[in-house]
Amino acid sequence: MLRPEEELSKLIFEKRSANTASWLPSPGKEAEEVLKKIPKDLLREKEPEIPSLSELDVVRHFTNLSRKNFCVDTHFYPLGSCTMKYNPKSLDAFASFPGFADVHPYADEEDVQGALQLLHEMEIFLSEITGMDAFTLQPAAGAHGEFCGLLMAAAYHHSKGEKRTKVLIPDSAHGTNPASAALCGYEVVQIKTNPRGHVDPADLKSKTDASVACFMMTNPNTLGLFEEDILEISRLVHEKGGLLYYDGANMNALLGVCRPGDMGFDIVHLNLHKTFAVPHGSGGPGSGPVGVKKRLAPFLPVPRIRKEGDRYRWEHSAPSSIGKLRSFYGNFGAVVRSYAYIRALGKEGLRAVSENAILNANYLKKRLEDIFDEPFDGFCMHEFVLSAARYKKQGVKALDIAKRLLDFGVYAPTIYFPLIVEEALMVEPTETESKETLDRFVEILRAISREIQENPEKVQGAPYTTPVGRIDEVRAARQPNLRYHSK
Amino acid sequence: MDTSKLRYTETHEWVSLNGNLARVGITDHAQREISDVVFVELPKPGALLKQKQSAMIVESVKAAFDIYAPVSGKIVKINEELGKRPELVNQSPCEEGWLFEMECSDLKEANGLLTEEQYQKFKTQPTH
Amino acid sequence: MDTVPHTSKDKEKILEAIGVSSFEELLTSIPKRLRDFRWDLPCGVSELELAAELRGTAVRNTDFTSAVCYLGAGNYDHFIPAVVERLAHRSEFMTSYTPYQGEASQGTLQSMYEYQTLICELTGMDASNASMYDGASGLAEAVLLALRSDGRKKILLPQTVHPEYRAVVRTYLSYVGAEVVEVPALDGAVDLAKLRELLDGDAAAVVIQQPNFFGILEDAPEAAEAARKAGAHLIACVNPLSLGILKPPGEYGADIAVGEGQPLGNAVSYGGPHFGFFAVKEPLLRKIPGRIAGMTVDNAGRRAFVLTLQAREQHIRREKATSNICTNQALCALKGAIYLALLGREGIRKLGLLNVKNARETYERLLRIRGVSEFSRKPFFNEFVLYVDRPEEKLKESFRRNGILGPLPLARFDARMRSAYLFAVTEKRTPADLDRLVKAIEETKEGDYLASTGRGIKQTHF
Repeated sequence: MLRPEEELSKLIFEKRSANTASWLPSPGKEAEEVLKKIPKDLLREKEPEIPSLSELDVVRHFTNLSRKNFCVDTHFYPLGSCTMKYNPKSLDAFASFPGFADVHPYADEEDVQGALQLLHEMEIFLSEITGMDAFTLQPAAGAHGEFCGLLMAAAYHHSKGEKRTKVLIPDSAHGTNPASAALCGYEVVQIKTNPRGHVDPADLKSKTDASVACFMMTNPNTLGLFEEDILEISRLVHEKGGLLYYDGANMNALLGVCRPGDMGFDIVHLNLHKTFAVPHGSGGPGSGPVGVKKRLAPFLPVPRIRKEGDRYRWEHSAPSSIGKLRSFYGNFGAVVRSYAYIRALGKEGLRAVSENAILNANYLKKRLEDIFDEPFDGFCMHEFVLSAARYKKQGVKALDIAKRLLDFGVYAPTIYFPLIVEEALMVEPTETESKETLDRFVEILRAISREIQENPEKVQGAPYTTPVGRIDEVRAARQPNLRYHSK
Repeated sequence: MDTSKLRYTETHEWVSLNGNLARVGITDHAQREISDVVFVELPKPGALLKQKQSAMIVESVKAAFDIYAPVSGKIVKINEELGKRPELVNQSPCEEGWLFEMECSDLKEANGLLTEEQYQKFKTQPTH
Repeated sequence: MDTVPHTSKDKEKILEAIGVSSFEELLTSIPKRLRDFRWDLPCGVSELELAAELRGTAVRNTDFTSAVCYLGAGNYDHFIPAVVERLAHRSEFMTSYTPYQGEASQGTLQSMYEYQTLICELTGMDASNASMYDGASGLAEAVLLALRSDGRKKILLPQTVHPEYRAVVRTYLSYVGAEVVEVPALDGAVDLAKLRELLDGDAAAVVIQQPNFFGILEDAPEAAEAARKAGAHLIACVNPLSLGILKPPGEYGADIAVGEGQPLGNAVSYGGPHFGFFAVKEPLLRKIPGRIAGMTVDNAGRRAFVLTLQAREQHIRREKATSNICTNQALCALKGAIYLALLGREGIRKLGLLNVKNARETYERLLRIRGVSEFSRKPFFNEFVLYVDRPEEKLKESFRRNGILGPLPLARFDARMRSAYLFAVTEKRTPADLDRLVKAIEETKEGDYLASTGRGIKQTHF
């Protein structure tokens, strides 16, 4: 007899009950006849090893799997740079209205005026929120938005007859930034972070010349600090004919506080799944709208929504457009949720989001300053980075602390990012967490800190209470087992 | 293994020269820094490389490292065993865990490589 | 609506602990002139009011509950059993992040591993990633992979591939320095003779869409053989729902199989979000873009799952990564896995048969209408093209009057395809639906412009 946890870790392929897919009608005998119209060598011979399970067994399988996850709805999830806030359930309900969920992308424009109006208004909302002139909702995620934005930067420079070859990126940047730049054929040049945690202006100045297409940055940066020299940076980059790109991963800090467009950014991407309440869905779907200043608008991907009188239509041709980034118009279901979020909160509510995200982060930062090193002084924005380097002498790493947190019922902060901070723990509490939750988090970290002094092995061996213990990642990568083979 | 005959680079490769044939691997110091090697992407035999050009990649779980050609020349042999057992790079970096062999096109380049003594001194400097 | 949980007392205590007397003090690093702007946005509303407002917006769209859908071309009106959303929308799947901390994410990781296995089984491939954005961007990534894995620079992209997919491939290749050669069509399928002619030592990959944009079944094994002889990769872009009855790409020699996952349990949702799947044969395993889950053990030797082969990815390899993809479409892929589990091995075949049968019956019935004629005699799965000799505006009107969405006028993509329509017929279509479709076409008067353009158009393009 299997132990309970063994039973629970059975793969769906290791279970068996009867399934005749009775939720479908019978195709009847004549269907087999129709199949004869298809040449034999185009037909499947061996049936796929798809499990056969009753509806109950499917339900039980996935329900039990779900119970092995931490999530925002069950646990505090202070994962830095990911904005794991609570997403109001009403948004999911709205996106499931048949008039949104069961609408075809090739339906005649007359049949989708509601959808087009929503998309059009969303473009205007996002423009206003960020201080930009025009938006596309097509990119499916942040990295897709970066790709879109950099393609537009390239097209812009080409249109002026300029060949620029470099993209500047801070050394604290997220990995998608250089990866997206490489996809557009750019050479990536790193800009140093100075001892205060900001873009080093001297380094930026020395590397900014007529070969620079674009400087990609986040603000607040990945250390959670506002780049206070942003206006000077903007002047410097523009003076040499370069563009300024805003990675909106950290936009949760800025709603109603200030706007990338006013700082001088030419291109902005947003992550609707971070700031604008699209649930993260275990890794997606997201949505990565991109906004631009007027002079870059001709390069936006097609199609574009146009409003004529009170009618909306798609415009498919635009001579300077970078083209299409994916099929259809974007992750519409995600956009509906964010649209509803913006409408529900309104301008006061949105400003309150950032105010409280900043308050919560500073509160935690202050209360943790005696048990961790804080590599940079001053107030943070919506998140902050701690260093656990002081615990190295007990042999405890950031990774160990992250794992131990799981035993206390808290998901781990982002660790080892940004790369420039040793033993980094990046904490983003978000605006939706109460003071009580934050206080408990502080108490837990204090308890772990004491534990490191008294019993470091305990921390090194964590977690103990999760469905599995510390996972052998070396084995996973050395002998990749990426799919199940039936015996 | 007697490592005193080996030559070294500042990017932590070792070279064992036999005529114009150079066998290349990474140093014990380097394998420690990389930690558990999970995969090596070996160069293609026949590939022509310039000195200091990236020849191949060694991967750990959370990082990937370029391995550079210590001299210019042609790849003539690769250590196929590493495909199945990448851990040899950790267990025996200077013997069973060798990476590839090259035919040097310019033996003079080898004169510029570090000696054992120079490398030992170099790797303990805090700045590299 | 308000999402902030602090009482005013909490807020005071927080400010006091931080050591400031007002929130504004925390913003001193932001230049003053940036903080001063007019924000032209509406005020917030309650859930109650917003629900009513959005219902009003939604009903201005014609959806599948109010009309019969014959539109396809990448997104299809399939039946989704209630279980799919009930399970996938559980908080533990919906509100968790990419499973970085494996010990607290075994549910996601195991379901990813099961998804990967299901995709491999369906496609006959060796390894799958955990999802791409959609079919089109998945195809573009497949092309990039093929270009990366050898020095070749040419991609053969047939004109029978979905025009939007072709456009996306071109966008992705904007700065890659590769050449895209479009292979012409013959009778609605890839012109194989032309394909062989174009296949030379510089071809990195041949793309085949199966069924193709016109719903037609390509002679994929022949195309694969031609690619193999020339040493080019075969990229098969397939409809996953067809693979219960159609030969899986792995069996006819595809090196990479990609496609749009929407038909597997995902609502159409005006074109997204859905997922793209991406699977390869063993030699390309370490070049896959995106997340991959692997099976391993924990420190007590128990079975465990974890994100693996991460050194390929952007967060480690940065500008040298196999792709820039980070966020993917995990929840949509999960819906795909649940849907396949509900189908089971019998169901996937049954579903394929229902689609083929419904489509064939519709095809034959429509051909009996005066002025409706064949586009191609080649076999198809659940989608086909017919010429309907009626003025497009009149047809459109009649379809609307009769509560029918579609079919898709191909003139939308190419003006020369006037009067050609793409019909998608899924398991949801009933005999009553078909009657309604026939009635709608019959109610319009036959036009005369096919006569003026000639029937030979199918030979001259696509």
